[in-house]
Amino acid sequence: MKRESIVPAACAAVTYTVLCHPHHHTVFIVLTDGPGNKDDITRSKNEGKELSKEEKQRLRKQKKQQKKQKERKNEKSETEKEKTPVSLLPPPRPVATQKAPSALPAPASAPIPVPASAPFHSSPAPSPADKPAKSKAELKAERRARQETDRAAKQPGSSSSGIKTKVPLSELNPVVKRLPEHVQVDDPAVVKRLAKKLERQQIPLRSDYGYKVSLFSHLHQYSRKAPLTQQLSIPSTVIHPSIVRLGLQYSQGIVAGSNARSVALLHAFKQVIRDYTTPPNEELSRDLVNKLKPYISFLNQCRPLSASMGNAIKYIKKEISNIPSQCKEEEAKTKLLTCIDRYIEEKIVLAAKAISKYAIEKISDGDVILVYGCSSLVNNILCEAFEKSRKFRVIVVDSRPRLEGREALRRLVQRGISCTYVLISALSYILPEVSKVFLGAHALLANGYVMSRVGTSQIALVARTFNVPVLVCCETYKFCEKVQTDSFVSNELDDPDDLMVTRKGKTQLENWQDVSSLGLLNLVYDVTPPDFVDLVITDLGMIPCTSVPVVLRVKNLDQ
Amino acid sequence: MELQAVLMAAGGGSRMMDLTYNTRKPLLPVGNKPLIWYPLNLLERVGFEEVIVITTKEVQKMISTDPKMKLDVKMKLDIVCIQEDADMGTADALRHIQQKIKTDILVVSCDLITDAALHEVVDLFRAHNATLSMLMSKAHEFTETVPGQKGKKKTGEQRDFVGVDGTGKRLLFMANEADLDKGLVIRKSIMRKLPRMHIKTGLVDAHLYCLKKSVVDFLADNKSVSSIRGELVPYLVRKQFSKSMTSPNVNDEADQKLKKKDGNANLEIQILSRDEVLLQLTRERSCWNDHRGDMSEAYHGVRLRCYVHIMDEGMCYRVNTLAAYIEANRLAPKLFDEPAVHPSAAISVRCLIGADSIIGASCQISDKASIKRSMIGASTTVREKVKVTNSIIMHGVTIEEGCNIQGSVICSNTVIGRGADIKYCLVGSAQRIEPEAERTNEVIVGTDQLMEI
Repeated sequence: MKRESIVPAACAAVTYTVLCHPHHHTVFIVLTDGPGNKDDITRSKNEGKELSKEEKQRLRKQKKQQKKQKERKNEKSETEKEKTPVSLLPPPRPVATQKAPSALPAPASAPIPVPASAPFHSSPAPSPADKPAKSKAELKAERRARQETDRAAKQPGSSSSGIKTKVPLSELNPVVKRLPEHVQVDDPAVVKRLAKKLERQQIPLRSDYGYKVSLFSHLHQYSRKAPLTQQLSIPSTVIHPSIVRLGLQYSQGIVAGSNARSVALLHAFKQVIRDYTTPPNEELSRDLVNKLKPYISFLNQCRPLSASMGNAIKYIKKEISNIPSQCKEEEAKTKLLTCIDRYIEEKIVLAAKAISKYAIEKISDGDVILVYGCSSLVNNILCEAFEKSRKFRVIVVDSRPRLEGREALRRLVQRGISCTYVLISALSYILPEVSKVFLGAHALLANGYVMSRVGTSQIALVARTFNVPVLVCCETYKFCEKVQTDSFVSNELDDPDDLMVTRKGKTQLENWQDVSSLGLLNLVYDVTPPDFVDLVITDLGMIPCTSVPVVLRVKNLDQ
Repeated sequence: MELQAVLMAAGGGSRMMDLTYNTRKPLLPVGNKPLIWYPLNLLERVGFEEVIVITTKEVQKMISTDPKMKLDVKMKLDIVCIQEDADMGTADALRHIQQKIKTDILVVSCDLITDAALHEVVDLFRAHNATLSMLMSKAHEFTETVPGQKGKKKTGEQRDFVGVDGTGKRLLFMANEADLDKGLVIRKSIMRKLPRMHIKTGLVDAHLYCLKKSVVDFLADNKSVSSIRGELVPYLVRKQFSKSMTSPNVNDEADQKLKKKDGNANLEIQILSRDEVLLQLTRERSCWNDHRGDMSEAYHGVRLRCYVHIMDEGMCYRVNTLAAYIEANRLAPKLFDEPAVHPSAAISVRCLIGADSIIGASCQISDKASIKRSMIGASTTVREKVKVTNSIIMHGVTIEEGCNIQGSVICSNTVIGRGADIKYCLVGSAQRIEPEAERTNEVIVGTDQLMEI
């Protein structure tokens, strides 16, 4: 179920700038606020959230009171009472089902009318004696409350159109999903909450660096020269040393690439599990998970977690909590270690072999294959295809500032594959020669979009224009439940100083911070729509991009 | 536990015997604190909770009785005594405490005074999984006149040649002028792998090393290595690029072949065997390389890696010569923010004490005394009309009236007679300078000291 329009109707205080991409079909609607409006919006965002919290507490109280009333009025069998807690639940939902900035101001208005209905409930509650007289008034109040909530639910327009259908589902698992904190950096309340959480876990907070381009001011931007270890004590006691080492390697870029990061993470977790001893009066299944939480926050501070890492962490947490309580510590630890080994073996190593097998079918003799950046999976495929004596040549496209293509070039040439190397600016010149494009992915989103290194969507776009097939190779463990249609909402900002280059002893951008109107933007990821991708090669087979939600659903059912 | 700190405090101070024949080097006062306090303070500031201190029995007695040490140092000190006359090198000392060492170690020398950010050194050690990581600093010229120096400053100090790669972090080459016969010899294997090397002289080695535990085990097997700086570090730096270290795969065959070689191969086995399959998988999948331009993988497949952090700015002194001692006294007060004048000192109202002077505890400064840019030790008595400029006075000294002390170092428990004029002299401890003496540029020590050569 694709939602194309994300424009809320009831946002009066916000002005819009509409950007239309000449080739894309999607329209980017950017909120540009007037000088005073931004504060209003942040205030209303805060209020909206706080209200929803208070609202939740009030709801819980009312639920309890109504349960008591139910027991007292058993003979009356008032089914309406049971309905009202449900009808009150939907209004906080708009907070949950919204995506990022454009929809945030909307739910602020939604919970406001609801508290108006709440007093109606509290008034009938404290008079249990007057049962028959109150029952009519109570019924009326409830009916009124239900109408109010329905009206409130209708107000935000299309943003809550899905809510009515979701009501029965929400009854089953009332989990309020909040926006992740790493896309709300410009919201001081969220930042304060994060600081408090890190303080509780005794992890230092990494401060943002440099001027952020306004479109991306909701994301973190760190400097590589200010590592998090500056604020840690040197023989790190709070955080396991292998996790500190891993965090350093992430932030310095020594371990880069989705697969490498996941493998390194699991390796570090293996060491943590090996060194772990259950404290007395605690259970391994619960305590170990709690031990891992600050480590994960620390790694998140060093570099935002990737989708593959997130899935690996979910898997480990599930395995740990599934350990039966009567299991001895040594047994449990060996079991966990073998689980991790098996996960890596199945999801990464064997998946790579399976994907190579499928992909090699698609490579024919005389092909000219274009690759972008350094994807470990695509390099693997090409090397295996070369070993199986397919005759092809490769064009490696590279882009600044990372220049990862050089590493891919080195690996391919070392095997003996004949390669050409161009920068992405030469893409349209070189594409007429290309017969296929192989792209790697950082993650595949639930709506079929491909999240990959910045520049990938350009490659896919130009390839589509030249009618060159684009094949994306991705293991299934990188599939994630997120939904994103643009690269602004959730991305990663790398160190802006990377954009500085020294030529002939001169660094032109050396004092970029002093120029007030200059901002450096170093994006890491971008999102490619499924219209530009012809085939996704996974370890389950070759599927079209739109089948990703099916794979996710099947995976969830399995688990 | 990640790192264990080891403080080497058994050195004798062989380059400043005049100062150390009575007071041991770790206890020499710098800025009115014993020299050993500075590295301990550095370790404490960074977050260490325990330190293994290797020292002699004398020093241990002094440390345990000195109240100042007890108050200031909150860490747990595990003091290991070694015989003074055993002539143990630093590596021998590490071998001696091999049982206590359970993880990687951070070796610090007791004469290091620095405000370096230690996390830079340790981050190199962690991030690159290095075997050795050390700290160096650009050497500063000593501007103060050294007392007792006759003639020009001798340039006999042997230079160190340090070769680093383009990033300035990887240590490729290290040699001391004394070990080189005619010229620098650089192996072809290094030049083939890393054709661009920057060779620097004029760097001060801070003697601060992060070493892997396997190195300590290697030392235990190889008893011939006796000094860390003199032998172990150049050996490790050389071993980086030796043929046997650059095996691309973790093969069982290669392991067995290595085991048959002599004891030197133990180091390689210890490093190879810990390289797990997962780490290798990570390295294969990661798109990072530390160099470019050739066909080799990251680190050229070298498993033994040595890194160095070179400090550009900031203070880093090794107090092993008289000149360094004087310079350190000048600048050490910047490291801590205690008041310059100790509260228990009895200072009369009419004396003149400059802003950059330090007065120790229980001092007695009388009227019309003038103290500029000097350090006065604890329990020192300075009588009337004394002028002290640019000098270091240790504890327990008595300076009678009318003295004029300039640019000198007066060791503990001396008595300077009245009216004496001491310029640029080094007066040993427990000496008596007769009244109305005029000494310039001399080293005044007792006759028993003269026999120690």
